[in-house]
Amino acid sequence: MTALSERPTSVRIRPITMAILAMGGEGGGVLSDWIVALAEDNDWFAQSTSVPGVAQRTGATVYYVELFPKVLDGTRLPEPILSTMPTPGEVDIVVASELMEAGRAVQRGFATPQRTTLIASTSRTYSMPERTAMGDGRVDSEGLVEACLGSSRRFVRGDFSRVAEESRSVISAVLFGAICGAEVLPFSREQFEAAVRASAKGVEESLKAFDGGYRAATAPPQVALTIGVRPADASGPDNAEVERAITDPVSCVGPRLRAQTERIRDFPAPARYMLVEGIKRTAEYQDVRYADEYLDRVASIAALEQYGDGSARLTSEAARYTALWMTYEDTIRVAFHKTRGRRMRRVGEEANLSDGQVLAVHEYLHPQMEEITDTLPTPLGRWMLRSRFMNTIVYKVTHKGIKIQTTSLFGFTVLYVLARLRPLRRRSLRFGLEQRRIDDWLAQVRTYAPRNYDLAYQIVECQQVVKGYGETHANGMRNFTALMDAVPRIADDPRAAERLANLRTAALADEKGEALRAALASASMQ
Amino acid sequence: MAERSFAQEVQELRLGDGDEFRGEGILAVTKALLQSGVAYVGGYQGAPISHLMDVLGDAQDILGELGVYFENSASEATAGAMLAASVHYPLRGAVTFKSTVGFNVASDALANLASGGVVGGAMVIIGEDYGEGASIMQERTHAFAMKSQMWLLDPRPNLTAIVDMVEKGFELSEASNTPVILELRLRSCHLHGTFTAKDNKRPTMTVSEAVSNPRRDLSRIVLPPASFLHEQEKVTKRWPAAVKFITENGLNEFVNDGAQDIGIILQGGLFNNVNRALELCGVSDAFGNSEIPLYVMNVTYPVIDEEVVRFCESKRAVLLVEEGQPDFIEQNIQAVLRRNNATAILHGKDLLPVAGEYTPAAVTKGVHAFLHKYVPAMVEGTPVVTLPHDDPRSPFAPRIASDLVQGRPPGFCTGCPERPIFAALTLAQREVGEHYVSADIGCHLFSINAPFNIGATTMGYGLGSAAASALNGAQADKRAIAFMGDGGFWHNGLTSGVGNAVFNENNQLLVIVDNAYSAATGGQDLLSSSADNPTRSTKHPIENAVRGVGVKWARTMTNTFKVAEMRDLFKEALTTKEKGPKVIVAQSECTLNRMRREKPAKAAAITSGQRVVNERYGIDPETCTGDHSCIRISGCPSLTITDNPDPMRKDPIATTLSSCVGCGLCGENAHAAALCPSFYRAQVVINPTWWDRFATAIRSRYIQFLQRGVERRLAGIEPIG
Repeated sequence: MTALSERPTSVRIRPITMAILAMGGEGGGVLSDWIVALAEDNDWFAQSTSVPGVAQRTGATVYYVELFPKVLDGTRLPEPILSTMPTPGEVDIVVASELMEAGRAVQRGFATPQRTTLIASTSRTYSMPERTAMGDGRVDSEGLVEACLGSSRRFVRGDFSRVAEESRSVISAVLFGAICGAEVLPFSREQFEAAVRASAKGVEESLKAFDGGYRAATAPPQVALTIGVRPADASGPDNAEVERAITDPVSCVGPRLRAQTERIRDFPAPARYMLVEGIKRTAEYQDVRYADEYLDRVASIAALEQYGDGSARLTSEAARYTALWMTYEDTIRVAFHKTRGRRMRRVGEEANLSDGQVLAVHEYLHPQMEEITDTLPTPLGRWMLRSRFMNTIVYKVTHKGIKIQTTSLFGFTVLYVLARLRPLRRRSLRFGLEQRRIDDWLAQVRTYAPRNYDLAYQIVECQQVVKGYGETHANGMRNFTALMDAVPRIADDPRAAERLANLRTAALADEKGEALRAALASASMQ
Repeated sequence: MAERSFAQEVQELRLGDGDEFRGEGILAVTKALLQSGVAYVGGYQGAPISHLMDVLGDAQDILGELGVYFENSASEATAGAMLAASVHYPLRGAVTFKSTVGFNVASDALANLASGGVVGGAMVIIGEDYGEGASIMQERTHAFAMKSQMWLLDPRPNLTAIVDMVEKGFELSEASNTPVILELRLRSCHLHGTFTAKDNKRPTMTVSEAVSNPRRDLSRIVLPPASFLHEQEKVTKRWPAAVKFITENGLNEFVNDGAQDIGIILQGGLFNNVNRALELCGVSDAFGNSEIPLYVMNVTYPVIDEEVVRFCESKRAVLLVEEGQPDFIEQNIQAVLRRNNATAILHGKDLLPVAGEYTPAAVTKGVHAFLHKYVPAMVEGTPVVTLPHDDPRSPFAPRIASDLVQGRPPGFCTGCPERPIFAALTLAQREVGEHYVSADIGCHLFSINAPFNIGATTMGYGLGSAAASALNGAQADKRAIAFMGDGGFWHNGLTSGVGNAVFNENNQLLVIVDNAYSAATGGQDLLSSSADNPTRSTKHPIENAVRGVGVKWARTMTNTFKVAEMRDLFKEALTTKEKGPKVIVAQSECTLNRMRREKPAKAAAITSGQRVVNERYGIDPETCTGDHSCIRISGCPSLTITDNPDPMRKDPIATTLSSCVGCGLCGENAHAAALCPSFYRAQVVINPTWWDRFATAIRSRYIQFLQRGVERRLAGIEPIG
């Protein structure tokens, strides 16, 4: 059971070596203190070390523990010389609070297939580059899990972060339980729990968390395989939902969209799920007629599948991005979502609202002149934009931002009335503009699809660079326009689709559009 | 009050003869000081010895009982100068700081101290901030020991060895009239272990007795002709005295000498790593019974020529394990061997890394190469760490794609009040253009990394302003921006930076980050702390100090979270026509410290049934488009990403974690940067009053009435159930 008894090399006793990888503030110190107390209370020598100070503020850090018996076969042993740092290839137990940190243990040679029991949470705490990417910059969790499997004798894992959250405790207690459950230390569960009980506070929560970790570690491996490799909300569309949209789209929508669902049956099967979502989205956003207009647009693309490879990916993605664009973010949409009942319930859940407590929700809104004129009828909007007087007034009111309490009578009424302006939207300045832009974009797709299906597909994908509000949206739109302008210039190149995809990647590389400008400059030189 | 309380642990300091002490290295050193009869202690906090100052701070009653004077020095120079009390009096004194940065600051005082010499034992306990986790430039303390002639003690990383060395160190200092340096390596400070305690000793003379009976001795004052005599005395009297004491007391250890015709010389601090390397090569065991002769230099300066010659005399070859560069000891020993016509071949940096930390991996490779060369038959097996990386048994065999593991440098904590300062500066620079930014030492230096990427140099603690002094072009249309923390400001920045800028009519903008503590080193109080401290004088505003040295344009921003105001203040400071330095004191309490104070108070209030409002921020997934621009001007650990629940959208959306402390930055950023309407603040009233409940009931009824109409329309669109 212990690393000691399995040491084949020599008669010499070597310590049990243990590295704990955590981020500053996660309680790695508490965990190593528990391990030290556990060992010392049960007649073992223990030495723990860590890297102190500012290096720990939220950064990756390693705690290192060595354990050595005080008594062996009835003989009392002298005090051993223990190392203050892990030696790559010589670590018996590696504990990681997070999956990328487990990956780091592999990279640093602490976790090795010959020796190591790796105990890690499969939860992710995303790194700065993953979080600041303009699109999806997350690394592949599956790849990390595979590397951990290939770099350990045994990989004990579970979503320990969730267990901690559920027991209202910290991850260190869950990990301590997992170490116990993994049976890598020569101590009993009672002895482990005694160490937790001896700590000053939160004993009950810690023991609950400990139990969660213990159970995750002792669960049959196939269960452990699926626990939390991805967060639960990671599913994307569930296969059954997709299947239902193909075979029985009517059951996916309300009664007023029945006619539209009938139309969806004429589309290629792989695109139907997106189309069902698209009609709901557009109808909710504006009205049922809008959903029909949506289907008209996508139908004009579906007709191009004859030039395709049978995957219908052009139609699927056009169904996605056309719906997203048609339901562009404006004040009315924001007000609509902020006032919905299900949103209030979700906010309460996230804030751990319990019975007998009271919730207040405050919004941070920053309407700018354009966003206000966007929702007004076109002539009024145009006038306001031109009027210096109105500009001054609007600036005065909004430039510091507006805070609204949605849960107050006044605040809710304001947002509710805004949301009810929906019928005005069709006559607004922005609506006209966006419809023209959508039609121009789809016209490009139709132009190029007959000679280069892949290029047409990439043109559709370019819509994803348009995101956000205010300046972020303006930057995205500028990038999108630049991409569309580039299409005719590269269209004759047999590698046009690939080149456009690269340009799109460049557009998502930085906020200021520098990478895109550079890419376009080099592209136009060719 | 410091980040970590040692109120419990300091009780270990009361242990008496024969008791077993269990605890951290830092606490053991404090105990050793008391066992040595120390009369006064001082120092300046900094990792890895911050906790030594914290322990002393929490042990003030015990120190008082023993008549030991304790001071939180204003800087390492102050601490170094404090040892002057041992020049004329038989007072044992110890000061502590982080090395090598602390030595840089203290070296003026210590050079003078070492010149005149001491009669009372004087010890500088340094936390060596070297290797993994270090936050400073990588240099050696050894150079300071050599240049001022202070003996350098580098005991084995073992509590008994460290405690013994403190006691012997004072004796050595007194025997040789020379101040000594006790070097604690980074991990030794936080090493948990045990030793057998002794009774505490009252100092033979207290500082009160000393100051009541003034003494002077002209020959100890550093002024010619005495200073020339000091130089001679160092080599003719003090050095031989030290050698005699070190030899007679066996401070350096010989392990199993004579067993082989090869051997290893090592710094005491590396003993455990070297023994591990020998174990992995099969020539030692867990108890340090090396089959290879070892000469353990627990005193690394001075090198004891006679001991070195004796160890090398009958050996073919010797390996010197000396961490860091330059290779001072290797050069020294080479000279000793040559002068004594010794024939042993000396290996060192030819087999071991020239620079960088001597980790077990590095030492194992070097030791293995050495043994393999001279005694191949003794080497048992091959430690896997010595295998080439392309060997599948190597721990470094490629097992993971390099892009799957990204760097995770330290950064601002959740709720840190310094983050909004840099968010505001980012927004200000978007309007008035990029500026040259001189950074300083402290948590605010995290600005140099993503997402802010602000700051070009860091020249030393409190030197942010001074480091921008040359960049003061009369024809320039921009001015340099300098940062400085409150810690650095009181350490020296007030004179080296602010006073300098006033005197030289420098046009820079200086931002002083005032979080009410010396936060980066563990939340110690300082002059401008807002806390009440029973034994220290606090609440001295920084703005008063800068105005006192002549700054005309000074503003104190008492809430850094008002991002729009901060941004506008930056713009004003960067464009104002006012001459001379512009100083902004950006003031908000370190959130780690605030939470430590407020969390228990809040929990108590909830339990006692009082009305408590909990705040946290959230993001609406329906309106978040996944562009992450909010993260790019924040970087808060609690503001992260999650899968998009919207089946049509692909990119992850922003989300807040339950670790959110409700600091408000997300909302302020959303406003100041005109970001996106997805952020909301949720206030949960715990133990609401009857009015809270009544008002909520009315509101809910009204809101639900209106919502029903909306849901009726949607019922035709979304599936039922």
